[in-house]
Amino acid sequence: MTEPAHATPDRAASAGHGEMVVSVRDAVKHFPITQGIVFQKTIGHVRAVDGVSFDLHRGETLGVVGESGCGKSTLSRVIMGLIPASSGSVNLLGDELVGMRERDLRKVRRNVQIIFQDPYASLDPRMTVGGIVGEPFRIHPDFAPRGDRRGKVQELLEVVGLNPEHINRYPHQFSGGQRQRIGIARALALRPQIIVCDEPVSALDVSVQAQVVNLLERLQEEFDLSYIFVAHDLSVVRHISDRIAVMYLGKIVEIGDETQIYEHPTHPYTQALLSAVPVPDPALRGRREQIVLTGDVPSPANPPSGCRFRTRCFKAQDICAEKEPALVSRDGSVQPSACHFAKELDVIHATR
Amino acid sequence: MSATQDIKPADTVGIGREASEKQSRKEAARSDALGFDPSAPLLEVEDLHVEFRTREGVAHAINGASFSLSEGETLGILGESGSGKSVTAQAIMGILDSPPAFVTGGQVRLRGVDLLTLPEESRRLVRADRVAMVFQDALSSLNPVFTVGHQLAEPFRIHRGYSKQEARKEAASLLDLVGIPAASGRVHDYPHQFSGGMRQRVMIAMALALDPDVLIADEPTTALDVTVQAQIMKLLADLQAERNMGLILITHDMGVVADVADKICVMYAGRIVERADVHSTYGNPAHPYTKALLESIPRVDLKGQQLATIEGLPPNLTRLPDGCSFEPRCSWARERCRVDDPPLYDVGAGRQSACHYYEEVLGS
Repeated sequence: MTEPAHATPDRAASAGHGEMVVSVRDAVKHFPITQGIVFQKTIGHVRAVDGVSFDLHRGETLGVVGESGCGKSTLSRVIMGLIPASSGSVNLLGDELVGMRERDLRKVRRNVQIIFQDPYASLDPRMTVGGIVGEPFRIHPDFAPRGDRRGKVQELLEVVGLNPEHINRYPHQFSGGQRQRIGIARALALRPQIIVCDEPVSALDVSVQAQVVNLLERLQEEFDLSYIFVAHDLSVVRHISDRIAVMYLGKIVEIGDETQIYEHPTHPYTQALLSAVPVPDPALRGRREQIVLTGDVPSPANPPSGCRFRTRCFKAQDICAEKEPALVSRDGSVQPSACHFAKELDVIHATR
Repeated sequence: MSATQDIKPADTVGIGREASEKQSRKEAARSDALGFDPSAPLLEVEDLHVEFRTREGVAHAINGASFSLSEGETLGILGESGSGKSVTAQAIMGILDSPPAFVTGGQVRLRGVDLLTLPEESRRLVRADRVAMVFQDALSSLNPVFTVGHQLAEPFRIHRGYSKQEARKEAASLLDLVGIPAASGRVHDYPHQFSGGMRQRVMIAMALALDPDVLIADEPTTALDVTVQAQIMKLLADLQAERNMGLILITHDMGVVADVADKICVMYAGRIVERADVHSTYGNPAHPYTKALLESIPRVDLKGQQLATIEGLPPNLTRLPDGCSFEPRCSWARERCRVDDPPLYDVGAGRQSACHYYEEVLGS
């Protein structure tokens, strides 16, 4: 199982996927913590994203999982150019976003859109569906001439499975699942190549969740979209993703394709995360080996020395406090894994 | 106690406090006087009806829910938003906002006493003492302007008439019980100083304060990360086993229910559509809705395929259909389902299903 360590932090995507659309290298986003009212001085930094690298290919879905506060939402906004990265490189379809002027950023940004988590908060209650879905056309007027817009909006509504005649309705007249479809229609308006889905189904009921996941998969095929799918529901992520990045405290701790991460996880955090997911099968109750992590995620303003996971890790040893493990393939791990003691452990099928 | 006995000489400083303490101790009425019969079943809910009278009309939130719970047992109530699972919990607790909510029928018997017929005064004695609840959103359930210790001590002061010091001590030992490190130091902290998982532990501590017989947990882990969820569910299971409590777990997460529940009620549009032990429900559902719910969970062997969905939306509770409420979304539906509302059929082995064609569903 020994493989040469990769210099690049990310292995090539599975075959069948096209050219690279997003390439992130060593992206860092630190938010300053300030003190004082008149004379503000910086007393520290929240290291929300701290050196993240990955690639995304055309037509591919990259799942990003991790606990709240691990930086997955900040990362998705850095990729969109909504939050400028502190350092590193974010390359979007050949354009470097870091250091780009706001005016140029606006043009580039139409290629990458976002679907938000909360379909109640992400739609303006005072705008009609037509206004919401058509708003991107107002911001990018060259995309659709004014007379065309209504027809285009109706077309979009139809694509996401809503009744085009409902164009004059308001968000409160729709259910949660339908609202999420409105959000998806808005994201599709400018025919982007990349869509960042930030917890798109977490607020929905199971049966509706399945409808939205199916819709996202159909749209991906239809428009050859690349998705970055940020979520904490590991079973949904597994269903939709080709590759998965596991984040902990601002860093990717393991990245690999769906089988590698779920069937052969090598990082202790990935293993703990997977084993914590309740399995909808009562026959396995009490027979599954569960790794229950103690404590909470440490503060990203003051992360532990060495490996950031060591304070909660069941494998931690002295070296973990001294030396930060690099995200590379090691003995016992095919996919890059940031652990000195990376070793495969089948936690999903593990029974006592 | 006569007035002369109450007057104590000397010690003018202590007198006020001692007297008030005595008085509160005396006044702290206990729920014991309500005639609970220890040999009667722990909790029986029978044909519960709740409606919300709103400007848009009467919403029938619960239309005849029946279930029972015994000591040490875990009942999972599964359902989507709007199915009536939280309203059921609130009706048992007696914390429905009325108006608009009205309990229009049924019984909630705790150890043989119908809670719904009790006056509000007596119900207050039952709450926390006999039946307690853990809510989903710990941050908005805790009062931000009081310390956690103060809020945890409250049930002891109100229900047991403890002094402030005594109650504070109990609060610290409760925090310790739910696994909060350095508990005695943290009683002086405010809710915002705790993390999400820790806050939920505080909520559990508060619910367990008076050692209730029944604990209702309404989506206790929905707002938490999976790793923290695992911690909280383990804590709940341990405490339940230790105290032999009856636990009602309300959730929409089929994984959580499969992990801990003994039996399950599946709710849809204010009705229980399937009632069974957890193994038979998951192994071979007897109602099309349960079956569809289970099928819509993403599974490994179905990767790359479309997920099964339940088309359409739950019915409007102000205008429930004449027949089966699930009929418009059901793939088994026939003419009869449109006109004839199915009763909860006995399908054998202590299971019930509200479907005319349960035999076919079971056999599929």
